[in-house]
Amino acid sequence: MAVITIDKVSRWFGNVVAVNDVSMSIGPGVTGLLGPNGAGKSTLIHMMSGFLAPSAGSVTLDGVPIWRNQEVYRAIGLVPERESMYDYLTGWEFVLANAELHGLPDPGAAAARALALVEMEPAQQRQTGTYSKGMKQRVKMASALVHDPAVLLLDEPFNGMDPRQRLQLMELLRRFGAEGRTVLFSSHILEEVEQLARHIEVVVAGRHAASGDFRRIRRLMTDRPHRYLVRSSDDRRLAAALIADGSTAGIELDWQERALRIQAINFQGFTALLPKVAKEAGIRLYTVSPADESLESVFSYLVSS
Amino acid sequence: MNLTVARLTVRGLLGRRRAILLLVVPVLLLLMAVVASASSTADTDKHDLTVSILGTLGLGTLVPLLGLVVGTGVISTEIDDGSIVYLLAKPLPRRVIITTKLAVAVLTSWVFAAVPTLIAGLILDGTADRLALAYTVGTLVAGAAYSALFLLLGVVTRNAVVVGLAYALVWESLVGNFVKGARTLSIQQWGLSIAKTIASPGAITADVALGAAIALLVIVIVATTAFATVRLAGLTLSSDD
Repeated sequence: MAVITIDKVSRWFGNVVAVNDVSMSIGPGVTGLLGPNGAGKSTLIHMMSGFLAPSAGSVTLDGVPIWRNQEVYRAIGLVPERESMYDYLTGWEFVLANAELHGLPDPGAAAARALALVEMEPAQQRQTGTYSKGMKQRVKMASALVHDPAVLLLDEPFNGMDPRQRLQLMELLRRFGAEGRTVLFSSHILEEVEQLARHIEVVVAGRHAASGDFRRIRRLMTDRPHRYLVRSSDDRRLAAALIADGSTAGIELDWQERALRIQAINFQGFTALLPKVAKEAGIRLYTVSPADESLESVFSYLVSS
Repeated sequence: MNLTVARLTVRGLLGRRRAILLLVVPVLLLLMAVVASASSTADTDKHDLTVSILGTLGLGTLVPLLGLVVGTGVISTEIDDGSIVYLLAKPLPRRVIITTKLAVAVLTSWVFAAVPTLIAGLILDGTADRLALAYTVGTLVAGAAYSALFLLLGVVTRNAVVVGLAYALVWESLVGNFVKGARTLSIQQWGLSIAKTIASPGAITADVALGAAIALLVIVIVATTAFATVRLAGLTLSSDD
C-alpha cells in the first residue's frame, strides 16, 4: 500500500509563503487536490514528487523521505503540468526512452503497453511536437505509467483537454484508483474533481482548507450563504416579500447603488423564491447578480467554516 | 554512462538549429588555413600564421565559444523548458546523468574543434615543430575542461551563456591579456601549456607551468562535475503558482 504523508509541511519562497503548515495523507484510490489558482497545489505536488524541498515538515512515501531520494521513482509516476517533452522524439521514442531510463527488463513491451493504455498507438509514430494538448497529456500519462507505479501524481491533467478526452482520462484514472493505486490529481474546477474523486483535499492560499468525502465538501460549498445584488421596479416591496421567507437571512437597501443586497441561506430555495415572489407582487426584476460567486470567495468561505 | 541519456542528449544537441553554430568552428578554421597557406610561402611566415590561427583564433576564441555552446547545450535547454523532469523522475543516479551529458559534450567539442584543428594545422604547416599535434592535444584538454565548466553553469544558472561569455571573453581574453596573474586561472593557458610541452622547444609560449596546468585541469573537471551532480540532485522545479 502506497501512502504519501505530508506532515506539518510549509514551503516559502523568500517572503512568500506558498504552503502553510499543511498535513494530509494520500492513500490508495483517487484523491482530488482542489483549490483556486495560486493556492499552492503545484507547490504541494512538486514536494510530493521530489522536485521541491519542504521548508519545514516532512513529505514521505510509506515513511521514506521523497526529497533527494531517486529510488522513490520506482513507485511514483509523475505527469507534470508543463508540456515540453523532447519535441523531436516520436511518441513511441519518448515513452520507450522513459521505459529504458527506468531500467525495465523489457522496455519495448512496457512502452507498447503504456501507449495502448492511453490509446495513443495510432499516433505513436508522430513527433510529440505535432501533438494536440490532449494527445500530449496522454503521452505524458503513458510515460508516467510505463513502470506500473503504485503512485500516480498529476498536476492539472485536464487543462486544455476537450470533453471527450477529459472523460477518457477520468475513466482511466478511475480504473487506476479501483486497482488500488494511489492517484492524486490537482484541479481548480470543483465539477472536475467531484466527478472523479471520492476524496477531496482543498487548499486555499497555502492552507489546508477542507478534507474529506466529496459530498461533504459539496454540501459545504452550496450551503454557504450566497449574496446577491438585485435591482427591481420596487426594491422596498420586494425586500419585504423576500424577508418573510425562511431562505433569506438579511436584506440591505443600498442607496448609492440603488439596489438590494440580499443574503440567502438556502441557495436552491432562494433561486426559486425570487422570481416567484416578484411575479406575485407584480415587481419587475432588472438585475439579479451573484455578488461573490468567484471561486476565491467560495474557497475562503470553506477556510472560515 | 547511460545510453538513453546519451541518445537524448545527442539528438537534442545536434538535432536543432544550434548544430549550425557548431559548424562555424571547423568551417572558419579550415577556411583560414586554406587561405593562409595559399598566400604565404616563407617558413617563418607559416609558423607565425599557424600560431595565430590555431592558438589565438582556435584555442583562444573558437574553442571556448564552442565549449560554451556544447557545455550549456547538453543540459540547459532541458532545464529551461522543464523536460529534465523526465530524466530526473527516474531511479537513475544523478552522477550518471551528469557524466553522460559531459561525455557527449566533450566528444562533440573534440569532433568539432580538435579534429578541425589537426587538419588545419596539417594544411598550414605540415608536421613542422609538431605544431598541429600540439594544438590538437591542447584543444582536446581545453575542450574537455570548457565542457565541464559550462555544463556546471548550465545546471546552476539560467544565464549560463552570459556568465560563460563573461568568463571566456572578459576574464580569459581581456583580463588575461593585461594581468599576467589572471592567466594562471585560464583554461586556455592550461591548454597552451600542454601544447607547449608537445611542440618543439620555443615554438609555443605559455605562462603556466605544465604541472600546475595538469593539476588545475583535473581539479576543474572533477570539481565542476561533482558540483553539477549535487546541484542536479537538488534541482527545484519552478512553480507557476
